[in-house]
Amino acid sequence: MARAVSTRRKTIATIAAWLVALVIFFPILYTVATSFKTEAEAISGISLIPSGTFENYVQVQTQRDYFKPFMNSVVISVGSTVIALLIGIPAAWSMAFSPTKRTKDVLMWMLSTKMMPAVGVLVPLYLMFRDFGLLDTRIGLTVVFTLINLPIVVWMLYTYFREIPGEILEAARMDGASLVGEIVYVLTPMAVPGIASTLLLNIILAWNEAFWSIRLSAANAAPLTAFIASFSSPQGLFWAKLSAASTLAIAPILIMGWFSQRQLVRGLTFGAVK
Amino acid sequence: MRISVFVLGLASAGLMTSTANAETLTIATVNNGDMIRMQRLANDFTSKNPDIDLQWVTLEENVLRERVTTDIATKGGQYDVMTIGTYEVPIWAKQDWLLPLDNLGEGYDTDDLLPAIRSGLSVDETLYAAPFYGESSFIMYRKDLMEKAGLTMPEAPTWDFVADAARKMTDRNAEINGICLRGKAGWGENMAFLTAMSNSFGARWFDENWQPQFDQPEWKDTLQFYVDLMKDAGPSGASSNGFNENLALFQQGKCGMWIDATVAASFVSDPEDSTVADQVGYALAPDKGLGKRANWLWAWSLAVPAGTQKAEAAQKFISWATSKEYLQLVASEEGWANVPPGTRTSLYENPEYQEAAPFADLTLKSIEAADPTNPTVKPVPYVGVQFVAIPEFQGLGTTVGQLFSAALAGQMSVDDALAQAQNVSEREMKRAGYIK
Repeated sequence: MARAVSTRRKTIATIAAWLVALVIFFPILYTVATSFKTEAEAISGISLIPSGTFENYVQVQTQRDYFKPFMNSVVISVGSTVIALLIGIPAAWSMAFSPTKRTKDVLMWMLSTKMMPAVGVLVPLYLMFRDFGLLDTRIGLTVVFTLINLPIVVWMLYTYFREIPGEILEAARMDGASLVGEIVYVLTPMAVPGIASTLLLNIILAWNEAFWSIRLSAANAAPLTAFIASFSSPQGLFWAKLSAASTLAIAPILIMGWFSQRQLVRGLTFGAVK
Repeated sequence: MRISVFVLGLASAGLMTSTANAETLTIATVNNGDMIRMQRLANDFTSKNPDIDLQWVTLEENVLRERVTTDIATKGGQYDVMTIGTYEVPIWAKQDWLLPLDNLGEGYDTDDLLPAIRSGLSVDETLYAAPFYGESSFIMYRKDLMEKAGLTMPEAPTWDFVADAARKMTDRNAEINGICLRGKAGWGENMAFLTAMSNSFGARWFDENWQPQFDQPEWKDTLQFYVDLMKDAGPSGASSNGFNENLALFQQGKCGMWIDATVAASFVSDPEDSTVADQVGYALAPDKGLGKRANWLWAWSLAVPAGTQKAEAAQKFISWATSKEYLQLVASEEGWANVPPGTRTSLYENPEYQEAAPFADLTLKSIEAADPTNPTVKPVPYVGVQFVAIPEFQGLGTTVGQLFSAALAGQMSVDDALAQAQNVSEREMKRAGYIK
């Protein structure tokens, strides 16, 4: 009897999980379906069954160059994440293992930068970029994305590092490990799941960032988010072409997420069960 | 042999050096058919000007507006040529943000530009942007449905005729709406249509002293007429419909009439996309017998920002893209029907174009009927037919558009929408220092 109740609960929970997953995934599913519709079909009502045309992909390829914004996305998102990790790991280490009475305030202050609407600093940042010659450069966008994602990187790593017993690091120190050696050879291998999930999540966030990439780039450094935006049209139907462009833009990150999902989930639930 | 190899080497090196030294123009533009075609045909320009390279930045209209405004206001210098509309040109030219187009070349023939468009892009008779394509608005209607309703569309109908025809053409069972009009909120969406419509009803945004006029009976007549007509003969969910949504409805045969941009004529008459292509007729935008029709005037135009370091090359490009020769180039490559309309008198005198575009004559008449410097029945202190060319209009127009869209959706009464529009306009004009 108890077993039957347990099985029923499991089934209900599984169905609920699938439903939630479907709701979350629906926009992506609908975008992919729309990309295979004609423009008239795309605007004529909600339907998940397309006529199966590849015309939109052909037009997207012929109208714009996909490779250049793709490479920009790769360089900017990977570059900004690696730099954020290089800064974030020592910062999170010091906060996790050598906290001061102001550590919580510093963490909160870092997070508070995420609470301001981005448009609030658009003009000052634009002027700084203009003066430093960083407008429409990969370096400029990499710097901005690093700064945007740094608070999240530090917070995530801080949370993971706090789960690692400080005694292990102390033991390494007693065995003569230097500070750098302690971080590189003891702490980092133990926190690999956490670091990996931080890396993956920040690549995804940087890949999908649209506000700054559209506003600070033009022809040279524009990533895939700007590529998508260029298909919106004031006069003329564009939903199907826009969906094809979106599908092409999200495909690489979706594939990467699919292959690394085990690592991602492991990292995100790291330390959740003790 | 050795000498020839040496000479060839020198020539190659020279060619490489000249390519390396080529000036690169960055052009900001919107995504529409004419602009994409220009990008495709730009090889013609670069082959004639090997010292100039082109790179394009294509953006959604509102993002483009925001981007170029930020860039030009901060003198960022990211763009050498920018695509802007008739709303921006007079404001930006007065701020010295644009360079005058005084070096377009001898053969450019500025006098051939349509006078209404040229006037909308000039300040103190100096041209600050060259029109790439121009448009007004007119009625596109279904000839078969009009005939079924027992009516004949005159070339210059009144609002009363249009309303009567719309109600007679409506057949809810067959999903046919007598009329499709813009309802989506925005200064360039429903307010473009409603401002032009209000001109024909004798209304105006401001009096000669910049006092808002939404409390006047002309605005009440305009908005009540629009809301009643759309309730009786418009599509469901009309408050979300803009140009593209109405285009789709008309192409699917769900609209008896559609009053919108003249540029739509080429879409609805294209048998590849439109199911009613062979049944479309055209007429001038309606009036109320007060001397002004409900048509607007717009031109996507190319301008040179003051911050550019490549003004000479930029003007050379603009001269190419807006020249008579470019129209010829498009005609020879893609046919006369695909030539960007609404910019040059000579195009409308061309019999080949008249034959390829049956709506050409009415497009020209609509453009000529719009007068941006004298847009209303009563005098006004502003320039602009479907907008008011002041920097505050983008925000104010969108706020008022949201109120009118809510009235259309039945979320508030026409009286409440007008009263709130009057309040916000008075507040904004006081804040901006136009009135005390």
